[in-house]
Amino acid sequence: MSHGDMLKDYRVTDEPYYRPVADEIALFTAAYDRRLPVMIKGPTGCGKSRFVEYMAWRLGKPLLTVACNEDMTAADLVGRWLLDADGTRWQDGPLTQAARYGAICYLDEVVEARQDSTVVIHPLTDHRRALPLDKKGELIRAHADFQLVISYNPGYQSLTKDLKPSTKQRFTALRFAYPPPEAEAEILVRETGIDPQLAPPLIELAVSARRLKGHGLDEGISTRLLVYAASLMADGVPATQACRMALIDPLTDDDDIRATLEHAIDALLA
Amino acid sequence: MPSWPDGGAAPSAATALQDEENGWRQRLGCGFVPVQSIFAKRLSDARVHLRDADLAAYIDAARVLCRLGRGPEPVLAFLEAWPQAAGRFGQDGLAAIMAWARGIGPTPNGDVLGGFFRALPALADALDGSARLKDYIDLLNAVARHTTVSIHGRHATYASHALPELIRVAPPHLKHVSLAGLRTWAEHGLRHDPHNPQRQADYFAMRSADSRAVFQDQRRGTSLRAHERRMDLYLRAFWNDAAPIIAYSEAFDHLRKPQPYTDDQGLHLPDLRDDRDGVSGLDQYRLILAHLAAHRRLSEPLIADNWSPFQRLCIEYFEDARIDTLVLRRFPGLRKTLLSLHPYPGEHDCDSARESCIRHRLTMLSRAILDPDCDYGNPLLREFVGRFHDRLIRGDSSTQEMAALATEYLVLSRLPSDNLPKIHFADSEIPYRDDNRHLWRFIDLDEDQEEAEVRAPEIPAAPGITHHYPEWDYAAGDYLPDHVTLHEHLHPRGLAEEITRLLEKNAVLARRLTRILDQIKPQGRDRLRRQEDGAELDLDWALRSWIDYRCRHTADARINQDIRHAERDVAVSLLLDLSASLADPIGGAGDRTVLSLAQEAVTLLAWAIDRLGDPFAIAGFHSNTRHEARIWHIKGFSEAWNDDVRARLAALRAGYSTRMGVALRHAGRALSQIRKDKRLLLVLTDGQPADVDVSDPEFLIADARQAVRELERQGVTCHCISLDIRSDEYVQRIFGRHFSVIDRIERLPERLPEIFLTITS
Ligand SMILES: Nc1ncnc2c1ncn2[C@@H]1O[C@H](COP(=O)(O)OP(=O)(O)OP(=O)(O)O)[C@@H](O)[C@H]1O
Ligand SMILES: [Mg+2]
Repeated sequence: MSHGDMLKDYRVTDEPYYRPVADEIALFTAAYDRRLPVMIKGPTGCGKSRFVEYMAWRLGKPLLTVACNEDMTAADLVGRWLLDADGTRWQDGPLTQAARYGAICYLDEVVEARQDSTVVIHPLTDHRRALPLDKKGELIRAHADFQLVISYNPGYQSLTKDLKPSTKQRFTALRFAYPPPEAEAEILVRETGIDPQLAPPLIELAVSARRLKGHGLDEGISTRLLVYAASLMADGVPATQACRMALIDPLTDDDDIRATLEHAIDALLA
Repeated sequence: MPSWPDGGAAPSAATALQDEENGWRQRLGCGFVPVQSIFAKRLSDARVHLRDADLAAYIDAARVLCRLGRGPEPVLAFLEAWPQAAGRFGQDGLAAIMAWARGIGPTPNGDVLGGFFRALPALADALDGSARLKDYIDLLNAVARHTTVSIHGRHATYASHALPELIRVAPPHLKHVSLAGLRTWAEHGLRHDPHNPQRQADYFAMRSADSRAVFQDQRRGTSLRAHERRMDLYLRAFWNDAAPIIAYSEAFDHLRKPQPYTDDQGLHLPDLRDDRDGVSGLDQYRLILAHLAAHRRLSEPLIADNWSPFQRLCIEYFEDARIDTLVLRRFPGLRKTLLSLHPYPGEHDCDSARESCIRHRLTMLSRAILDPDCDYGNPLLREFVGRFHDRLIRGDSSTQEMAALATEYLVLSRLPSDNLPKIHFADSEIPYRDDNRHLWRFIDLDEDQEEAEVRAPEIPAAPGITHHYPEWDYAAGDYLPDHVTLHEHLHPRGLAEEITRLLEKNAVLARRLTRILDQIKPQGRDRLRRQEDGAELDLDWALRSWIDYRCRHTADARINQDIRHAERDVAVSLLLDLSASLADPIGGAGDRTVLSLAQEAVTLLAWAIDRLGDPFAIAGFHSNTRHEARIWHIKGFSEAWNDDVRARLAALRAGYSTRMGVALRHAGRALSQIRKDKRLLLVLTDGQPADVDVSDPEFLIADARQAVRELERQGVTCHCISLDIRSDEYVQRIFGRHFSVIDRIERLPERLPEIFLTITS
């Protein structure tokens, strides 16, 4: 089939490393079997994207990822007319492509997009499973393989940035948190090849810093940042510098918090 | 006097001595009987400390004092004290002291001389040399000048109450404070209550709270206050403990040196730490905190009555060592700091034949447990170090297990001399450890506490958080540190529906506001045309371009249009004056009060801000003297405009006075944490700052102005909405041009949101 080729670039060919934390794989599979839209909630850098990538590989479906931002409009998702030598030409947006040819469409950080842009996904997420392209005058019936997945960080919730209730109510949800310490240690070792002895103090630092959320930190140290720190250390960067560069400096400019965490690095990693 | 066993050469030596003594006695030439009778003893003491030349100066000085007309007391005190101080002060110092004594002797303050000389050895210790002695004497002169009451302008008639107190108090305190600091403290005392000698005396005696607070501010070392937040963060992050950290002072407790401790109220730490053993004050604080926090998490209380005092001491050492071991297990990087502070007594420093070695022994044990490189040879000690570590190999062990190990060690290591009254204390104080009061439960005491609990309900129902804020003293041009105590409470709740009803009542107004809101609300979709990249094709331009292209002109690639979202970048904190005058009825019909109008206005404003989506907070304030300023939390930034908030708003009550500066500082502090471009602090008030303990009307105005300036520097704009039509003058002085006066108070509900919208859009 030709559409298989259309999405060739979006196939996940190698198995991504994903360390299951609970029963999320089974639950996601069940949702996919019914083609239910899934919303993945959790703090930044806790493994949401990695999980979706892994599931796409496991289910053998192509994956189209869209990183949402506030300047994104409906056209960025659906498609638009472009100008070329022979006049105007329609270009499918990622959502349209996924629906047309059958892929998992992953809208990362969907709250970042304006609420009026996100409503275009509504018809795809209920029983209609269709996407009207008003500008083009076409109605796309979603491919049998198509599934919509969005991710969402409840920590950023503010009065202005939230999903419309009518959007939320179209999804099933999986709630993610930072992996428990043993799992997180395993991830660091697998991802970076760091000495297994060095992982626990790094994680202790992260777990402690996460308690400061709301006391001067907007977000705790993510698994992603831990992976960064560990990979620097695995390459021989001294622990103190690696932690400062990957765990503290990206996170905060608050002098008191920095001093506290830096002291802790010295105390934990002697 | 030395006594000679028999005749021979000695008697002639004795005679020579006697002659010499008589010579000095003559030189002194002082007829006071008490001086005469003690002179021989003083002279022989002085000979130990003074060389001949110094001895002559000593006698000459005493001679002068004898003739000052102040009786024998200064002479006696001088004769006793000088030899001990002479080594440090030297001839220069003596000259300075005598010049001062000659000056003050004939004045009404001449009586202080005795006290001055008695304090001389302590002073010599604290000043360590004569260089700073002159500054100290200057300070005494300044205080004498300012505190001596002179009735007819020229003749100083009444002695200063403050001077003798200062002379008594200063020497011991100079250990904690620099001379400059002492001077600042004294000057502060001189400025305050200049017409109330008794209060001034209390100040200089460090009996008043002000005096202590100002003094604290002058002390040297690392102050806990400066690092309070770091300590809080550390405790919360690494020990998951949100208990408050409370400072105590070591400066006023000379008898007993208080140690850190933990109890139901929180963790108590010294307010000041000097660097010691190469460890900064901050690192000491962290270690104290780690030790205390680990106790709080890992120690179980024991029944004190079941153990002897020796056993308790021993258990404390073992338990402390367990706690430290577990702290180090988690934070190996702290070992260096810990071992720098932990004493390392020499194994044979204590002589068990003559003194009790129990503390020495236990400190050694503790050292050996914590320091892998420790080289004590005592086999019993080594055995117990091993057994201690065995207990901790598999886990955290427990207080109970430590108690068992400790009692066994005590039995096996016991020496008869342990009971000697002379205890070897050297090197047994471990400065980062606490007093372990949490470890012991006293059965008798517990019963007392139960009684206390029965009385408890008398304590006011809503406990608050206490903060201390400085206040600006415009006359001094300086802050009064920690001058105001601010209690923060959650506002009591009423019925949220009342607020909802207020909104319904103002439906017309609300509708009008909605129109304004819609205008300024940032659905602000600015259309940007002629963009190269954009969300949508701009057909007009695209066609034009296409035609150009077709005609082989250069085509303009900017054929898209884009939409930009404007965003409001405002955070607001609303501060409500809840002083008694708000309860005044307003003229006209009904029982409406200023407060009810304010409530209505705030309701509308809150509703409007909520629609705009700006983060906002609401609090009320009033005060009843500087010891009781209150701030009532109504809505926080992270709270939604929900029924809880509305219920609090519904219950507003007015009372007491208006201490505005402290409320501004407190609300501003929270606001300055919010990351927004514009941070607006709105103050709604009906009168000028005032409080019952302040008589100078300018004082609180100046303080409020100062608070406004502080906040401005932190990027917070204060805007006052005044209901006092005569307020222009002082409001302007406080808020500059940032104020609005509501002349017709009935219009407040519509004016308040309007003013807000004008300021922020
Ligand atoms: N369960 C896991 N198994 C394997 N790796 C993980 C897991 N959780 C987190 N990681 C690691 O953390 C990194 C960040 O995860 P990921 O990018 O999926 O975060 P995210 O939740 O999508 O973050 P964001 O919300 O910022 O997009 C991954 O690159 C991976 O190295
Ligand atoms: Mg992601």
